[in-house]
Amino acid sequence: MSELDLRTAAASAAPVRRRRASVGEMLAGLFVLFLLVATVAPGAISWIDPNAISAREAFQPPSLAHWFGTDESGRDIYSRVVAGTSTSLLIGVSATAIGLVLGLGLGVLAGFGGRALDFTVNRVIEVLFAFPGLLLALLVIVIAGPGPVTATIAVGLSTAPGYGRIVRGQLVSIRSSGYVESARVLGHSPARVLTRHILPNALAPLLVLATLGIGQAVVWAAALSYLGLGAQPPAAEWGAMLSAGRTYIGTAWWLTVFPGLMIVLTTIATTVLGRSLTRRTGGTR
Amino acid sequence: MTPGLQTTNRVDRSRSHRVLRWLLVRLGGAAFVLWAVATLTFFAIRLIPGDPAEAVLGGPGSQASQETLDQVRRDYGLDLPLGVQYLNALGRLLTGDLGTSYALKVPVADLLSAQLGGTLILAFSALLVAWASALALSLWSTGGGRIAGSVGQAIELTAAALPHFWLATVLIAIFSSALGWLPPVSTGGVLGLILPTVTLAIPLAGFLAQVMRETMLDTLDAPFIVSARARGESEGGIRLRHALRHASLPAISLSGWALGYLISGAVVVETIFARPGLGRTLLQAVTLRDVPIVTGVVLLVALVYIVMTILTDAASRLADPRLRTAEGER
Amino acid sequence: MTAPLLEVTGLSVAFGDTTVVQDLTFTVEPGQCVALVGESGSGKSVTARSLLGLAGRGSHISASRMQLSGRDLTTASERDWRRIRGPEIGLVLQDALVSLDPLRPLGREIGDSLRLHSTLSATAVRARVIEVLRQVGMPDPERALTLRSGELSGGLRQRALIAAALALDPPLVIADEPTTALDVTIQARILDLLTEVKSRGTGILLISHDLAVVSAIADRVVVMKDGRIVEAGPTRALLESPREEYTRRLIAAVPTDKPRGTPLVPGSTGVLPARSSRWTDAVGPVLEARSLVKTYSRAGDRFRAVNDVSFEVARGETLGLVGESGSGKTTVARLALALTRADEGDVLLDGAPFSTMRERDRRPLRSRIGAIYQDSLSSFDPRYSVRRILTDALDTAPVGDRSTVAELLDAVGLPTGVAESRPLFLSGGQRQRVSIARALAARPELIVCDEPVSALDVTVQAQVLDLLNRLQAERGLSYLFISHDLGVVRHMSDRVAVMKDGRIVETGTATDVFTDPQHPYTARLVSDAPRLTLPS
Repeated sequence: MSELDLRTAAASAAPVRRRRASVGEMLAGLFVLFLLVATVAPGAISWIDPNAISAREAFQPPSLAHWFGTDESGRDIYSRVVAGTSTSLLIGVSATAIGLVLGLGLGVLAGFGGRALDFTVNRVIEVLFAFPGLLLALLVIVIAGPGPVTATIAVGLSTAPGYGRIVRGQLVSIRSSGYVESARVLGHSPARVLTRHILPNALAPLLVLATLGIGQAVVWAAALSYLGLGAQPPAAEWGAMLSAGRTYIGTAWWLTVFPGLMIVLTTIATTVLGRSLTRRTGGTR
Repeated sequence: MTPGLQTTNRVDRSRSHRVLRWLLVRLGGAAFVLWAVATLTFFAIRLIPGDPAEAVLGGPGSQASQETLDQVRRDYGLDLPLGVQYLNALGRLLTGDLGTSYALKVPVADLLSAQLGGTLILAFSALLVAWASALALSLWSTGGGRIAGSVGQAIELTAAALPHFWLATVLIAIFSSALGWLPPVSTGGVLGLILPTVTLAIPLAGFLAQVMRETMLDTLDAPFIVSARARGESEGGIRLRHALRHASLPAISLSGWALGYLISGAVVVETIFARPGLGRTLLQAVTLRDVPIVTGVVLLVALVYIVMTILTDAASRLADPRLRTAEGER
Repeated sequence: MTAPLLEVTGLSVAFGDTTVVQDLTFTVEPGQCVALVGESGSGKSVTARSLLGLAGRGSHISASRMQLSGRDLTTASERDWRRIRGPEIGLVLQDALVSLDPLRPLGREIGDSLRLHSTLSATAVRARVIEVLRQVGMPDPERALTLRSGELSGGLRQRALIAAALALDPPLVIADEPTTALDVTIQARILDLLTEVKSRGTGILLISHDLAVVSAIADRVVVMKDGRIVEAGPTRALLESPREEYTRRLIAAVPTDKPRGTPLVPGSTGVLPARSSRWTDAVGPVLEARSLVKTYSRAGDRFRAVNDVSFEVARGETLGLVGESGSGKTTVARLALALTRADEGDVLLDGAPFSTMRERDRRPLRSRIGAIYQDSLSSFDPRYSVRRILTDALDTAPVGDRSTVAELLDAVGLPTGVAESRPLFLSGGQRQRVSIARALAARPELIVCDEPVSALDVTVQAQVLDLLNRLQAERGLSYLFISHDLGVVRHMSDRVAVMKDGRIVETGTATDVFTDPQHPYTARLVSDAPRLTLPS
């Protein structure tokens, strides 16, 4: 039936404006740039050795010399935050990659493997969902023992079922889409339909999802470190730094506030960028 | 000329039948998921390197004698073939027996039943607070023009990005250390519940508010809102009678997921606030590799999660008649 | 002489710098139906909303005079408006699942206006809602109170919408495309109902894109284009002797009762498909469907979407397949294209098996049957430009006999410039032309057209239909032409098959079926289809 809709009038009345980057998107972009520099060349934006101990300079509040203050051993917190970027981001990115690859595997099996496999994979995803949040990660750590590598794998595993469900949904909706049907009507081969239509259209939103996922993975990995199950304290990792600074929260707030702020800003920045990517690649929001 | 009502009559007669079928399918699914979770954890635990009997006695450092090890193996049924051990474990599970803690040497079921209440109180109060603040925030941010919209979005985004462990620490620094208003440890009482609840609720509220605001904006664009305005309904009436209901639908259906998220967050929050509960017990057990407690908590949380999903599913069907009649449409 | 019910003089509506309605003047008398007719973007809906003070955020409305029952609307505050909406003006929207709040029962939705504007008790409200539901012909009104919009059929939902507008018995009802998404037979009943409302002295302002619907009920017609009035006058006079070029084009574009081959766009030359005996008699049919059956299970019940359907399409011929929603037309299209496997029966292409072969063997044959859909946009890969869409399709044409993209665009009357655009940025008519070009690329013998013009404005529809006819004449194409619109089907088809509940109830030449229907259902369809009352 005809679906002449009511919104056409409203839509034609309000002219479509091509979006320019908003202030938020530009700030998010700048922050991600900062993170990238801190990962690739931490020396370019910090000048103090992150591990230089100086008992005389312990517990300095933020000042011009030490922007974020110093910790109990007199180490410069700004330098340590910059130095910790690579570790935290590496864990976040690898965990997301693990989750995506596993999720993609699950989703493709369900989406292409026929009805029986679809049913099975859906049940597997359902079962994995019954280990909410960090629970699956904690189970993995019980089995494999704590440490940064285990934590990364554990976080990756916990995010996999979510990605799997999304990939499956994506594939199913694309497979029954009008353009795939048109390609079939033209007589194109399944391989051609898969490589030219289904995969490219399914992968683009997945990359957006990955952007959104990195922030989440950074938070989870930091949580594990904070609980003493990931990276261990002397290491300049954000979660571990937070954990070490917790003891002094009453007297030296800067030990915890700044590493935490980095985590928060990373999550916000990746979310803002992920959403703007979604909008630009034709998604709804 | 009356085909519409005749079909709905038929829908009526089959309604109870459909509800029953829905319930059976959901319960069957729940039983399956529970069994799968139990099986998965049982075999996953076998992947742990080392001798479980040694773990019972405090790990490889315990230097236990062969006799003691054998004794432990017999006590815990570890000398039996794996298949038999598995069936035994399932059988015990059906009777509510979750085994005995390696470290504390007490039945896990007793231990956990004492802890479950505290965690559920925390999780549900956080859910309630998150719900209420998300609702208030989204009502405000969709009703106050462009500036309120942007500010609302910024608040949601920031709130959703706050990690529990950091938020808890900051809140303690402000409200306990600096101001001295609230206790930094949550041993009991309502006052001690405030900070942990707020810590858990803020990020969830940010997330829920995003979903609610988007649904509300979609709803306000719908034709039935034009119809409502055209009969003289006021802005407040439109929000109250239409937008609010529609915006709470996704929040209801997300509550099952949210509770799981909160229980997972309780691991961190209970630890920081030294609050007794499943989360803290779990973390301690993970650190000590106390396998029976870990499996017990995992199973219990899975059970709570599944029950909650069924409840939210039922609530969604109650609140949204479209879910009940979805099959009847073209 | 009594004062008019609604008097609008010099109404203009602007959003920012864009003026969407300019200098509009018209009146509505009590018991009169005035229709605002125009295509999308003509400003007719915005006009309707402005009369309710609901033009939306950022709109700027000015009028030298806007009076309802002698009351000035130009100075109305939001408070005043809330007292006007409901008791003074009722609004009826196009039927959609969400024209009524899907979460609230009818009783509450309709009762709301009474609750807002009267001091009636709950029982009195209930009684009035039942009364007004009975008035609009809702069967079993007491039970209907508890139903929600999702539980009603489209026709009943439209009745409920009208009931909601009539609850306070307003002197003026604005009906914005009140029959647009409805089936022909239901549309006729709703128009009867609106006529009845009018006869009780209520003034109706009807907003519509469909001249035929308008001619059935309106006393006066106001033709709008790009926010301005093109022409206004009494319905009959306007339809019989339109003064303006645009009105003539609009009337000419309506395919109903226009003989096959007549161009719908004035000025273009007509082409009657030169159906030589070479195509029709010497060889067998291009496509033959034999006793097709397709069963789907829905909510536990199995129902036959297609039940023993047989037809054939001869070379160079158009077979029209007409039926209301749910009659199984689209399933037939999918079966003909071998996209769905039939439970029973088969489809032959050029006398050889098509539907029963393995997909692998069928693939090389697929280029011989093309398809055009109603929603052409979703049939294009969102990442593809027009050029890529067409080259992708050209790959399936026989080697050595391939057109170029430019030739294809030229054949469907598109400038070569659109090749680099994405379909998302094209108009509905342009998209449908691209979709026709894609179908042509593979050099098909037959094209299955599934509601190809249902989403288009009537003048654009006329262009696309003319194009399809021209292509058929030039290339000897056969069409299986599926539509719910009797006028379109009659204009396009040599032969017509009428579907109802999965069966073909009648087949025959277009002229026979429409002038001398044999089956009672066909007869009802034909008599219910709105047609322009034009002098013969």
